[in-house]
Amino acid sequence: MGQPDLRTRDSSVGAPAADAAPPLLPGRGRRPVSKRLAPFGYLSPTLILILVLMVIPILMVISYSFQDNVIVERNPVFSGLANYANVLSDPDFLVAIKNTLIFITVSTAAHLVLGLTFAILLNTDVVGGVTKAVFRIIYILPWLFTIAVVAVIWRLMLDPYGVVNYILTSVHAVQKGVDWFGDPSTALWAVTFVNIWSGYPFFMISLLAGLQGISTDMYEAASVDGANAVQKFFGITIPQLRPVLISMAVLDLIWTSQQFALIWMTTGGGPLNATEMLSTYTYKQAFSSYEFATASASAVIVLLITLILAVFYVRQQRVR
Amino acid sequence: MARGSGKFLKQLLGVATAAALISTAACGGSGSGESSDSSGPVTLEFAQWWAPELPAGAFDQKIAEFEQQNPNIKVKLLSAPYASTKQQLVSGSASRTLPDVVGLDGAWVNDFAKQGALADLTSIMADAKYDPKELVSQVKVDSKTYMIPVVNFVYPLFVNKDLLTRAGVQSVPTDRSEFMEAAKKTTALGGNVTGWALPLDTAVPNGVQNDVLSWLWASGGSMLTPDGKPNMTSPEVQSTVDYVKSLNDAGVVAPGSLTMKEQDKVEKFTNGQVAMVIDSLAHVNLVKKNNPKLNFTIAPIPAQDGYTGKRGLPYASWGIGIADSSEHKAEAFKLVQFLMSQKTNGELATLANGFPGNNTAEPDLSESDPLFKTAFDMYKQSSPANQFVGLPKSEDLMRSFDENLQLALTNKQSVADALNKTQQSWSSII
Repeated sequence: MGQPDLRTRDSSVGAPAADAAPPLLPGRGRRPVSKRLAPFGYLSPTLILILVLMVIPILMVISYSFQDNVIVERNPVFSGLANYANVLSDPDFLVAIKNTLIFITVSTAAHLVLGLTFAILLNTDVVGGVTKAVFRIIYILPWLFTIAVVAVIWRLMLDPYGVVNYILTSVHAVQKGVDWFGDPSTALWAVTFVNIWSGYPFFMISLLAGLQGISTDMYEAASVDGANAVQKFFGITIPQLRPVLISMAVLDLIWTSQQFALIWMTTGGGPLNATEMLSTYTYKQAFSSYEFATASASAVIVLLITLILAVFYVRQQRVR
Repeated sequence: MARGSGKFLKQLLGVATAAALISTAACGGSGSGESSDSSGPVTLEFAQWWAPELPAGAFDQKIAEFEQQNPNIKVKLLSAPYASTKQQLVSGSASRTLPDVVGLDGAWVNDFAKQGALADLTSIMADAKYDPKELVSQVKVDSKTYMIPVVNFVYPLFVNKDLLTRAGVQSVPTDRSEFMEAAKKTTALGGNVTGWALPLDTAVPNGVQNDVLSWLWASGGSMLTPDGKPNMTSPEVQSTVDYVKSLNDAGVVAPGSLTMKEQDKVEKFTNGQVAMVIDSLAHVNLVKKNNPKLNFTIAPIPAQDGYTGKRGLPYASWGIGIADSSEHKAEAFKLVQFLMSQKTNGELATLANGFPGNNTAEPDLSESDPLFKTAFDMYKQSSPANQFVGLPKSEDLMRSFDENLQLALTNKQSVADALNKTQQSWSSII
């Protein structure tokens, strides 16, 4: 059973072997062709899906961004970089870039710090297994809610007459209820806080897995050498977790830059553009202003920014 | 040999899977209106958000009646909530792949018509020898009808009678001064109670339509010139926005208005946190269900002091239109005719707690809340007013006014500047 396969492999690898071997099966001349096609046949469902769902839409959006009010106009004309010039000179877009940068960097940094803190707490030997299991469930809860539920919960909690303001006024931390989402000075921080709350458990789980993979021998050896807890943390834990930390941070930057639903359902980009992000700006251009060309240009800019992060992520993965 | 053929079979299977995927993808993009041969039944696709808002199964029952009367026409309902229906139709309109029959909001009509996605109903009605005199209204663009309102929903003033009584306000306010006084007195009750709610969230900026410009329309005012151009700097618009700002400055507006959504407004009124709101009549049942003890009534929106003319009553519609790309326009219009017929239209309005788009149809109010009878009387005495219906990029117009109004309310610019900027912005669109 195995012999024909071996000979077939020989025939495809080296000509001398093929010359020496007599023809084994009738129609053997066609087999290399079908063999060459076979991998594509197996891959074709995936290749077609990638082509139809990713490559073609992306290419279409890129081509739209170089045309004059595409889709709405039946015969759009090539407009060069005009849409990019419009977008880049739009003050709302520049505000959106600034807000997005603040939103993603603060969110990612907080996700890392909180995720690592909770992961270390859950990895400790001080408390028992049942207690850890209970806390594991509690800590992971925010991640289990869908964004719609998260938005509704926090809209109610942060309402001027909501629970958070009730507590703050009760302990005299504030004089009267703060309009967290409705005040331009607090809105961006409020949505960033909600995003941090809903996203840290994923970091926690990933980092917990990383922590559990660190050999205890290293800590024991460090103890023998007289290292204290802080030295162990910075000398062993962080270096060992570094690949996971970097991967998670880059992925989070990409995911957070695409956050739309949370912003849309809490503030809608307002008040007074205080929480306008690249995602909400693009959506408004397309589905409110019907400026699909401008929206495409904005989307391509977002794609480029994300692409830079993606390249960084892939390079980091290859280094590992 | 058997192994060789097995491998070949697997290779074939792989290629066949790919071919099947291609054909599936191709079928997925074939658009609306399943083709049928001349003798077979025609299948109409009907996208709307009405079915989810009606009692479960009620709309399917109406459609079944239609199919029974027209055995050669089948209707495939594409039902989704309002927001997702809108997104689907915006994409469908842009790519000219709208379903045969579409539920429409008056705010979308101009854009869809300009994109050539909607069929001209004037000529379809003429072809079908349909007399439109029974229609309460038609939404036109360039003198051609593109939408017929099927059911209308009015937006009166909801008033919490208990809060007004506790605050010593004897009667429901009828003009702006009385409203201001009532709002101040109810706010003075304390305990998280305010007089009025103003949702100005910019994600869905219809608050400026329902809660701000409704004050203008209530007094017979207009935001447009007689030839349909923006007129946002007129004294009557200035007076309306000044009044809204004075309510805000007096502290009688519920906090959080800059990001407040319509559902928050309804929630606050239902919980007794807000004494008065302008809201859709369709929410009466919702309010009563969520707080059966709430003692409230409805009234016309207060007019300018001394105004004696006919009141404008804001409204929204479930409108209907036909896709220009539909291959079955005649059959599609049969469905429109069915929904607009005296009997069906009256029944639909009753089910939806709205008012019929056919002026000979009467909603059956015998079993509904007495407030609907009050509202129906109000509806007959007022003129329906919503000047955003039929305007291009109406959501964009609302948003630009909303953003400028927010700047005025937060004292970052004057009301006059807000209106000037809105006027400039609107002039580039309308």
